[in-house]
Amino acid sequence: MVLQVKNLCKRYGPDLPWAVAGVSLELASGEILALVGPSGGGKTTLLRLLAGLEIPDQGEIVIAGARVSWPGGALLPERRGVGMVFQDYALFPHLSVAENVAFGLSKLSKLERADRVSELLAAVGLADLAKRRPGELSGGQQQRVAIARALAPRPRILLLDEPFSSLDASLRAQARAEVQRLVASFQVATILVTHDQEEALAFADRIGIISGGRLVQEGLPRQVYREPKSAFVAGFLGGANLINAKAHGFQADSSLGKIGLLSYAEGDVQLAIRPEHLRLQPDPAGQARILSREFYGHDLSYRVQLAGEVYQVKTGYATWLEPGTSVNLMVAEPAAVLAESAL
Amino acid sequence: MVAYPKFNLAWLPAILVGLGVAIPLFYLAIRALDAEPAQVVALLWRPRNWELLANTLLLAIGVVAVATLIALPLAWLEQRTDLPGRRALTLLGIAPLAIPAYLLAYALLALGGRGGLADLALGLQLPRASGYLGSLWALSLYTFPYLFLNFRAALAGMDPAPEEAARTLGANPVRVWLRVTLPALLPAFLAGALLIYLHVLGDFGVVSLMRYETLSHAIYVQYSSAFDRVYAAWLAFLLLFLAGLALVLEAYLANRWYQAARSRSLRPRALVRLGLWRWPLAFLVALLAIFGLGMPFWVVGYWAGGAWSGVGEALRNSLLAAAPAAALAVVLGLPLAGLAVREKSRLSYFFERMAYLGYAIPPLALALGLVFASLALVPGIYQTLLLLIWAYTSHFLAEGLGPLRSSWLAVPRSLEEASRALGSSAVRTFFRIDLPLLAPGILAGFTVVFLSALKELPLTFILAPFDFPTLATRIFSFSEEGLFAQAAPYALCLLGVGLVLAGFLRLMLERD
Repeated sequence: MVLQVKNLCKRYGPDLPWAVAGVSLELASGEILALVGPSGGGKTTLLRLLAGLEIPDQGEIVIAGARVSWPGGALLPERRGVGMVFQDYALFPHLSVAENVAFGLSKLSKLERADRVSELLAAVGLADLAKRRPGELSGGQQQRVAIARALAPRPRILLLDEPFSSLDASLRAQARAEVQRLVASFQVATILVTHDQEEALAFADRIGIISGGRLVQEGLPRQVYREPKSAFVAGFLGGANLINAKAHGFQADSSLGKIGLLSYAEGDVQLAIRPEHLRLQPDPAGQARILSREFYGHDLSYRVQLAGEVYQVKTGYATWLEPGTSVNLMVAEPAAVLAESAL
Repeated sequence: MVAYPKFNLAWLPAILVGLGVAIPLFYLAIRALDAEPAQVVALLWRPRNWELLANTLLLAIGVVAVATLIALPLAWLEQRTDLPGRRALTLLGIAPLAIPAYLLAYALLALGGRGGLADLALGLQLPRASGYLGSLWALSLYTFPYLFLNFRAALAGMDPAPEEAARTLGANPVRVWLRVTLPALLPAFLAGALLIYLHVLGDFGVVSLMRYETLSHAIYVQYSSAFDRVYAAWLAFLLLFLAGLALVLEAYLANRWYQAARSRSLRPRALVRLGLWRWPLAFLVALLAIFGLGMPFWVVGYWAGGAWSGVGEALRNSLLAAAPAAALAVVLGLPLAGLAVREKSRLSYFFERMAYLGYAIPPLALALGLVFASLALVPGIYQTLLLLIWAYTSHFLAEGLGPLRSSWLAVPRSLEEASRALGSSAVRTFFRIDLPLLAPGILAGFTVVFLSALKELPLTFILAPFDFPTLATRIFSFSEEGLFAQAAPYALCLLGVGLVLAGFLRLMLERD
C-alpha cells in the first residue's frame, strides 16, 4: 500500500462541524481512486490533509510506510512527495510553461532538469508551447501544464482536485482520457476529487462516496453503482426509486409485484431500483398511468403513477407513450437492498 | 432614430480637463523656446543641470527604496502574521497621508540640534536632520502609505493556491516567498512606486527646508529670485522628462507582467506564527509609530501655545481655495468617469489619461505653465484665486476619479433603462436612480481632492494671490526661517483638519 489513512478527522474551529470525520482508506501503487460527493462534503479538505496543507485533529496518514501526518502535526508539504493539481491549476503566472514544470526540480542538475521538462512536455503534448506564459494558454492547455508540473518531481501520489470542472463540457471527456493515459504511463497512485458522478465512474479503478465528512461507501464503480448501500448513495449516483418491500431470501414482495434481490434479506426492507431497470408496457387494463414525459435525445424519462406512488422510469428511444396512457410497470433487474433497512 | 448622439454635453468637461493640461504645457514650451538655439544649448549643458538631475533621481529612488522597506514588512505583518494588535497597523499605514511631508520635515528640523525640542525638553542634542538624509527621512515617512495600501490589498486578495502548489512541489517557505509571492506583488509595487516617485519629483517643501538641491527646488529659486524664466522653463522640462520616463517604464513593465490571480476561495489562510519574534517586531512597529505619527504631534503640540492670531485667516483662505477646487473636480470628474466607464472608446480613454497626466506633471512645472499661459491669454486671471482653484482641480482631479469611477460601475445602464421603461423622464431618472447611487463616490471623491488641495504647497506658493496666506504657505514660510514656534499653531490646525477628513474618508470606505 502506498497510502494508508486511518480514522482521519479535521475541523477548522472548535465550534465548527467536522469537515473530515473519521475517514479511513488505502491506496495501492498505480491505483486510481475517485472521491465523489456533494460540494462542501469534505473532499477538498481530505486532499489538503493528504498534501500536508492541513494538520489533522485525529488519525494518521502513512505514505510508503512512513507516518507523515498525526494528531496536531504533519510533515511539511514540501517533504512529502505528494503532487497536487489544484482546481484552477494555480500555475505561476510570471513563469513560462517550462519554468512552471521545472519548479519542483530544483534538486536536479541543470541537464537532468531540462531533460525531465522536455520529457513531460512531450508527454502532455505541449513541447511547442514551452516558452509561453500560462495566460497565453487555453484552459485545456493550462490543465495539462498543471499535471505535467505535478508529475515532474515523480511523486508517489498524485492528487487531483476537481481538475475538469473549469473546462467546457465538450473538452471534458477528452481531457479525462488524456489524464487517464498519463497517470497509467507514469504509474502513479492517484486520488481524484469531484462532485461529478459520471466523471468518477468513468475515471477511476475504485470510487468512494464522501458526504458530511464521511466515506459512506467504497468499491468498484460498477459495484457501487449497482449495489448502493444507502438511499443517499443511490440518489447521488444516478438516482433511484426507493421501494418498501417484504423480503424472503433473494426475493421480495412489493407493490410492483415480485422483485429479485441482489443480496439475501428477510422481512421489511427498502429497495433501490434504477429508473433504467423499470419497463413500461402499454395496456388499457394496466394499473399504472403515465404522468409526464421528458425527452433527452438519447433516452426518455417518464413519471409513472401506481397506487399513489410516483416512479421514475428511463426507457429507450423506441418506447414513446403519451401522458395519460395506462401501462403495466415491471421490474426487469434484481434490486439493491439498502443496508440501513436490512434486518 | 437619435438614441445616443455621438456628441453630447457630457464631453464638454472631458475636453475642458484635456485643455487644462495641454495649454499650460504648450505655453511652457513656448517660453522654453523663447531663446536663441545657442543659448538653449548652453543652458542645457550646464554641469549644474546634471547635478540637479542626479540629486533628484537619487532622492526619488532612495525614497522608493526606504518606503518599500517600511511598507512591505508592515503589510506582511498586518495581513499574514499573528502579531498582537495587527489590525491597528492599518491606521498606522494610512494616517501619515494626512500629515504633509513639509510638516514632517518641519518637525524633524525642530526636533534636533542645539535649541531643538529634544534639547529643550529632554536635554538631548540630536543631530539636526538636513540634506539628503533629512529629505529621505521625511519623504519616506510621508509616502510609504502609497505602497503600504497597495501591498496590503495585493496580499489580502492573493489566491493562496499558487503558494500551496509551490509547497507541494518541494519549495520551502522562503523559496515560496521569493519565487511566488514577491513576483505576484510586483504590479502593486510598480503602481505604488510610481506614485511615490512622482511625489518626490514634485516635492519642493521638504527639499527646500532640508536644503537639498533638486530640480523642483532649483525651479523655485529660478522663478522666485533669479527671475530667469527661460531657464526655469527648461528645468521644468527636465522634470517632465523624468516623470515621463517613469510613466513609460511603469506602463512597459506593468504590461509585460502578469496580474496575480485574485482569490476565489473563502478558505482562511493560516497565519504565520511569530513566536518570540513578535517582541522585536512589535518594537520596530512602535518605533515607526513614534517617528511617523508621535513625533510630529509632539513637536507641534509643544509649541502650540504660540501666536494663534493669524490661524483663522489662513484656515479660511485654505478652505476658500480647496473646497471650490474639490467641488469643481467632482463636477468635471463625474461625467469624465461616466464616459470612461460607459462609452469605452479611444477618445474617452484619451481624456481620462489626460486627467492622470495632470496628476503626473510635477506641480512646479504645472504652476509655471499656468503662469505663462495666463499671462499670455488672460492676464487678469494671474494671481487670482480662480487660477489657484483651477490649478488644484487639474492637478488633483485624477485622485477623485478613482471613487467616481467605481461608483459609476455600480450604476449599470440597465437600471436607467428600467427606470425609463417604468415611465420616468431622463431628468427624474438621474435624480432618482443615478444620483443616490453615485452619492458615496461623489462624497469620497470630493473629500480626497479637498484633503490633497488643503495640504498642497508648490502650486499654492506660486499661484496664490498676493497677501493670501494659507495654512500650508504659513507653515512653510515660518519653518524656512527657523521660526518653529510660530509655525506650530498653523501646523496643529492643518493636522486636526487633515485627520478629521482622513477619518471621515476611512469611515466611508469601510461602509462600502
